Amino acid sequence: MSSYGGSVRFSEARRVAIFGGTHGNEMSGVTLVNLWVKNGVEIQRKRVETRPFITNPKAVEKCTRYVDTDLNRAFSPENLSAPGGDDLPYEVQRAQEINRIFGPKGSPEAYDVIFDLHNTTSNMGCTLILESSKDHFNLQMMNYIKKAIAPASCLVLLNEHPLLKYSTSRSVAKHPVGLEVGPQPQGVLRSNIFEAMRVILKHALDFIELFNEGMEFPPCTVEVFRVLERIDYPRDANGNIIAMVHPNLQDCDWEPLNPGDPMFQTFDGKTIHYQGSGTVYPTFINEAAYYEKQQAFVTTRRETLVASAIRKA
Amino acid sequence: MNCPVGQSRTDQHSSDKLFFSYQQMEPVSLPPLSRVAICGGTHGNEMSGVYMVKELQKQKADQTGSVSVTTVLTNPRAVDACRRYIEIDLNRCFTDALLSAPVTDSTPYELRRARELNAQLGPKGSPEAVDLLCDIHNTTANMGMCLIFYSLDWITLHIYKYIKSKMTSTPVRAIQLDIPNSEAYSLESVGKHGFAIEVGPQPNGVVRADIFNMVREAVDLTKEWLQAFNSGNTFAGGEVEAYTLVRSVDYPRDPTTSDITAAIHPQLQDNDFKLLRPGNPTFLSFSGETVKHEGDELYPFFVNECAYYEKKIAFHLARKITLTFPSVSVKKD
Repeated sequence: MSSYGGSVRFSEARRVAIFGGTHGNEMSGVTLVNLWVKNGVEIQRKRVETRPFITNPKAVEKCTRYVDTDLNRAFSPENLSAPGGDDLPYEVQRAQEINRIFGPKGSPEAYDVIFDLHNTTSNMGCTLILESSKDHFNLQMMNYIKKAIAPASCLVLLNEHPLLKYSTSRSVAKHPVGLEVGPQPQGVLRSNIFEAMRVILKHALDFIELFNEGMEFPPCTVEVFRVLERIDYPRDANGNIIAMVHPNLQDCDWEPLNPGDPMFQTFDGKTIHYQGSGTVYPTFINEAAYYEKQQAFVTTRRETLVASAIRKA
Repeated sequence: MNCPVGQSRTDQHSSDKLFFSYQQMEPVSLPPLSRVAICGGTHGNEMSGVYMVKELQKQKADQTGSVSVTTVLTNPRAVDACRRYIEIDLNRCFTDALLSAPVTDSTPYELRRARELNAQLGPKGSPEAVDLLCDIHNTTANMGMCLIFYSLDWITLHIYKYIKSKMTSTPVRAIQLDIPNSEAYSLESVGKHGFAIEVGPQPNGVVRADIFNMVREAVDLTKEWLQAFNSGNTFAGGEVEAYTLVRSVDYPRDPTTSDITAAIHPQLQDNDFKLLRPGNPTFLSFSGETVKHEGDELYPFFVNECAYYEKKIAFHLARKITLTFPSVSVKKD
């Protein structure tokens, strides 16, 4: 990428992948990718190769999140270079394979864009997940998508936290984009959620096509929610949870949580209040897969990022 | 004790009842109900029951007045793994035939567990069985609270009527499975009286406070009713509506791969127990076509239940019936 006359230049996005089944029980992505593997007309755009791909086929077959370990945490440098072949956990082997096909991560040969399709049991609506506040290409894409689906909402979650950021499957690409749509139970396919994800992808691919044709996207601002910290359930000495997300907080993703507001409710009815120092915006509230990751919800703060003008090189 | 009469069919065109109204039914007196079992974790990822049992065990609530309460986490391995089951669905293991078949090295875990539970809480059909068995379940379908039972059992109907009259946080409905006890396959058939408490919508692996609190209330009301019954209250008879299963509908599938090709239509999704008429949409295919309901007007339930994809069920269809039952009181000797 290079700067010229105020516009940041990126090379054309020639190779794009759409990942489904990174978690085998998140059904929108599994269904969409299977559909497009059979017939990819819908995802074709001029001047770009769009490849739909099931990243965790064994987990998809068993309709489980993962077989040995979470694939969406498996793309660390250690894992990607680990020797051991067949002795490695299944998902680490998969990560190495995916890195070979769509990467290598960090190299010029890596895919330009990867969309990774996910569902959540949290009431997050349509969410785009951004891994870097300095990725102007992604910021412009997300701005385009948000405007295209308005008045329907699509929020942007930025996870740039040095400790909480994790090595996702999409991180193999130069421009990783997470799509998270909920609420949907694991193993269930809801029509409205499925169609919402389909529409977001349509606009994302339209953006790439316009970009590749030479359109210049002027500077813009993008509102994001930046990940601050992970809040766990209250637990007893043996690690068992002793309270549930409070009814007042349940389903209230993206709404302000103020100090003193109810946060958890014990099984016998007592309220535990949020004791933070200021207002935060919680999300991933009561996600099924995060009980084992010690996360009841994650707090965020609202920020406005500025995206430079972009144009193809 | 199960009396066969008291059922009539109501449909939209007439309300003729074939049998006696409840006022003409003789009051019934029954022995005290002193042993109740509250069960959870029969499906290891249905979290209300798991946490309800753990909470009751923490409170050590073994005796509530005249009622002794046994709490059981019925499928502990599935609970630990947070899965519906390990090898086979535990809640299909309680037919007379399965409970009495010989055990071999290849007998699945859940079948062995079913026998253990039958020994602990039954044996099914014998005088030693617990008086009442309540098994707590969750569903991903928008069913509110449902009590599910096999037989037209006066105790179950009275408890249902009682819970329904007191719970305001969610609709409470009754689902009757018309299957003789010997073929009844689920855990609650082990008790002399039994019902499942099914509450949704809740995703697998998640505990929602609102849903948990509904379950807690239903369990408390059940214990309350038992206490009142045992101490001599007469409960007036009545009539309740219930839903009884007619047939099930599978997802449209690709004939070669048998992959599903459509999702539950947005107009049916979350509309459990809303009357489905011929021509109403049921599925929306991935290529945009609408599939419509054909045949009788019926009530859908278990719409888009996660665990039923593998059983090839997109939703069940029921007709509404009216159940009449007499007043009951405890037998004093």
